[in-house]
Amino acid sequence: MATTRDYEPNVVLSNQDYNVVGTRPLRPDGADKVTGRALYGADFAAAGLLSGSVLRSPHAHARIKSIDTSKAEALDGVRAVVTSADFPQGGEGPVVWQRDNVLASDKALYRGHAIAAVAAASPHIAEEAVSLIDVDYEVLTPVTDVQSSMKGDAPILHDSLMTDELGEKADKASNVASHFQHVKGDVKAGFKEADVVIEREFTTKTVHQGYIEPQAATALWNNDGRLHIWCSTQGSFAARDACAKILDIPVSQIRVVPLEIGGGFGGKIDVYLEPVAALLSKKTGTPVKLVMSRADVLQGTGPTPGSYAKIKIGAKKDGTITAAHAYLAMEAGAYPGSPVGAGAMCVLAPYDLENALVDGYDVVVNKPKTAAYRAPGAPNAAFAGEQVIDEVAKAIGMDPIDFRMKNAAKEGTRQVHGPTFPRVGYEEVLEAMKSHPHYNAPLDGPNQGRGVAVGFWFNIGFDSACNIAVNADGTVTLQEGSTDIGGTRASIAMQAAEVLTLPYEKVHPTVVDTDTIGFTAVTGGSRTTFATGWAAYEAAQDVRTKMIDRAAQIWEVDADTVELEDAVFKSKSDPELSMTFAELAGQLGRSGGGITGTAAVSPSGVGGAFAGNIVDVEVDPETGKTEILRFTVVQDAGKAIHPSYVEGQMQGGAVQGIGWALNEEYYMSDSGTMDNVSLLDYRMPTSLDLPMIDTVIVEVANPGHPYGVRGVGEAPIIPPTPAIANAIENAIGTRLFALPMNPAAVAKAVMDK
Amino acid sequence: MKWIDYATPHSVREAVDVLSEAGGRARVMAGGTDLLVALRAGVYDIDLVVDGKNIPELNEITYDPTNGLTLGAAVPCYKIYGNQAVATAYPGLIDAASLIGGTQIQGRASLGGNLCNATPSADSIPPMIALNGTANIAGPNGNRQVAIEDFCTGVRQNALGSDEILVSLHLPAPVANSGANYIRFIPRNEMDIAVAGAGVSVVLDNGDIKEARVSLASVAPTPLFVQEAGDAIAGKPANDETVRIASGIARDAARPITDMRGTIEFRQHLCEVLTRRALNTAIERAKENN
Repeated sequence: MATTRDYEPNVVLSNQDYNVVGTRPLRPDGADKVTGRALYGADFAAAGLLSGSVLRSPHAHARIKSIDTSKAEALDGVRAVVTSADFPQGGEGPVVWQRDNVLASDKALYRGHAIAAVAAASPHIAEEAVSLIDVDYEVLTPVTDVQSSMKGDAPILHDSLMTDELGEKADKASNVASHFQHVKGDVKAGFKEADVVIEREFTTKTVHQGYIEPQAATALWNNDGRLHIWCSTQGSFAARDACAKILDIPVSQIRVVPLEIGGGFGGKIDVYLEPVAALLSKKTGTPVKLVMSRADVLQGTGPTPGSYAKIKIGAKKDGTITAAHAYLAMEAGAYPGSPVGAGAMCVLAPYDLENALVDGYDVVVNKPKTAAYRAPGAPNAAFAGEQVIDEVAKAIGMDPIDFRMKNAAKEGTRQVHGPTFPRVGYEEVLEAMKSHPHYNAPLDGPNQGRGVAVGFWFNIGFDSACNIAVNADGTVTLQEGSTDIGGTRASIAMQAAEVLTLPYEKVHPTVVDTDTIGFTAVTGGSRTTFATGWAAYEAAQDVRTKMIDRAAQIWEVDADTVELEDAVFKSKSDPELSMTFAELAGQLGRSGGGITGTAAVSPSGVGGAFAGNIVDVEVDPETGKTEILRFTVVQDAGKAIHPSYVEGQMQGGAVQGIGWALNEEYYMSDSGTMDNVSLLDYRMPTSLDLPMIDTVIVEVANPGHPYGVRGVGEAPIIPPTPAIANAIENAIGTRLFALPMNPAAVAKAVMDK
Repeated sequence: MKWIDYATPHSVREAVDVLSEAGGRARVMAGGTDLLVALRAGVYDIDLVVDGKNIPELNEITYDPTNGLTLGAAVPCYKIYGNQAVATAYPGLIDAASLIGGTQIQGRASLGGNLCNATPSADSIPPMIALNGTANIAGPNGNRQVAIEDFCTGVRQNALGSDEILVSLHLPAPVANSGANYIRFIPRNEMDIAVAGAGVSVVLDNGDIKEARVSLASVAPTPLFVQEAGDAIAGKPANDETVRIASGIARDAARPITDMRGTIEFRQHLCEVLTRRALNTAIERAKENN
């Protein structure tokens, strides 16, 4: 270690105390997980369960001329074979893309694209049957990177896809699905005012979320017409609705039961296996389970895009940014819909800019359809934007944090894409970075460097529901529809406990299926602790009101005179009248019946989150290997309901960002095949590659939430790649413009210097 | 995955018989840490796995300062680095035995298996080449010895006939003023295959290199013995310039490919860096070993 510690590694800069909110209780799902009892997607079992297997395209781009399943169907033990022809046909645009992504129809658009599937008596028979399916392919030339795909002579993926060019539809097929712009002020004039203008180009590679649990789904299309699906998903309602669309049946015909989830990071929002298992179950009349291998996961599920960016920033000598232009092009994968829109909203968000222009391009390529991955689009954009910010700060001789502070976005700043910031905690994050002992500690030796960078994620609200029921022993059960990928059962239960003045242990949360709770949007967009937490808050208020009414009824006093404090109901007027929460709970049956509370919310007061990193690295200039010596994450959480899980998000995001920065990439062969389809060669960081990630939680309350919560899950993955790039530049004196900054790339940069 | 039969011979003789009967449709398993993974991945199409763990000669370590080390082909790594006499005599071998896999893998993985698996990236082969090792092979017509540098014949191909089994590995006793080292380059700090590796040994004589051997991993279809690198510095003083000569020759001898683990240029460059660093360590060790 290069530096010594003279501070507490995990710090919470808190501004308001509560009873339960802000404490660190144990998670309700902990015991089952550490004892191996928790049921994940692949653990589900049912009587008469069949095993499925999926045939995947060996080609990155091919026309499917015919599929002959007769030999597979004839194999002993095979119960059904399905292809895309078994789906309801028709429709156009997104529904067709979604359906074709699940089982290819006319074209295979990436290596690993699902073509057909088999249900059989055992996994071995299913695998063998898949190898007996004959597909006649006309192999086409693939295009697997965004810059090649945008060229006029690139192989075209979709004959019907015409560019949406600033709202106008082009008349010629293209791989560019859309080009949009956000404009503020006059960038041309702004650059003229600048003393320093720096423009740089950047590229990033396709990377995967790398959740440890591969996708798994079991479907039973019952004889009564109802379809039951047990799966590992970030959104049971999202999975239900996607299956309803693809299968063309009403949403009420489907029940999705979410099982425990072994990581998602955005990658378990889209459906892959669920509709296929449903088709196989419809044909066989029995439950069918499909489970992916790691190679299936890497080749057949959505990674996050490779991208190209060009960033131009101008500033005056006094540090004022006069203009900024960000050009972002991102790979959508096989079908339109890259996260370039989100990247465009975030790339310049930390800066209060007079003049700015953002161009975004959504481009299809012969790789798996991209899916959400933790602040989708923003890390790609920040890798580019935050390096140019660093370079401009250096060029005008300003400290990089001071430079950011001078141009910091704050309450009232209008963002380039339109919205004005409500109260945000960016300046407080910068102050915490600047005054942190890490930022002021000396580096210790040659080939070491320090870098900083920041990132913004807007977060989302959307629909959530919650039910709470009071038990006779004074505990409450809490049902919610948000699948738990980050400790949200705890953080949601804590908000209900706070309202009811109960200890956390008295609230028993359960994630339930789509038949049991009101519509709840995906666990994504850093929304769950914010929005489902709000639903729990409202449901708990409902219970609280009803309990107070009941106490008043029993005491024959006015409800206005009854208050609930520290789990005791009291009359404000008569000190003799007092009853614990448990005592009242025990009397509910005799005094008018049980009490339940419920809420369905769609909160709009979303609070965006800013995060910043300080990183120290040491580079071996001969081998190009970068060691992360020290890493500090500072983030505005609004209010950390459960600080340990907020810190977990900050550390986890940082670790994934370190993976992007140093080694992770889809290594593509010329034929469009990903070569490194295992976690041996798709190199995510191991614990031995990381220092302890230190955290500082800044709490600038979000005025749009009862406890001030901002989402925290996504922002922490944004600053690591540029912070590490800036640190490497500081260490070796030359800058890297492409991800990953792996040893070969760093060694080459040193040699080319 | 189809059914595969499993045999547990209790003698070398029995193993050779089983292999002869299988007519090339069998593979011997030592620890299985490579073989089982390869079978799942469909690398080999075989009908029979022959377990070597019940054959005494494959599971013995014998060392004495005169005759050197005889290492049963199925002896797991942890028993090698856990043997104090072996660890003291062959630090260059221990470099490899202690970095292959994690603790659990080292409980099963063997150097004999690593050799027979015959991948270019095998970590234990360059140090065994540098240490002048030989392979003791048994077949229907008795035993034969093959120098380690001649054992691998291609990617995942070795000198064993289909009816032969690797019984043991032999390393000569270390002489005074000798030292060895193996280092590899991996992008992470664990759980990676060598992008390149260098195994070297030196014998010093009054501050001069009396003898040196250099071997490289992951830069040719087989682990590479770069005899000319050692020969070129024999008789030269053990200093930076001499080390640079040998490491330059090693770089030029490398014949790598570009793949997901590294480019040609990067691997060639690494051969120079790793050979230089390994030689410096080996010289230091030789100076301490008198």
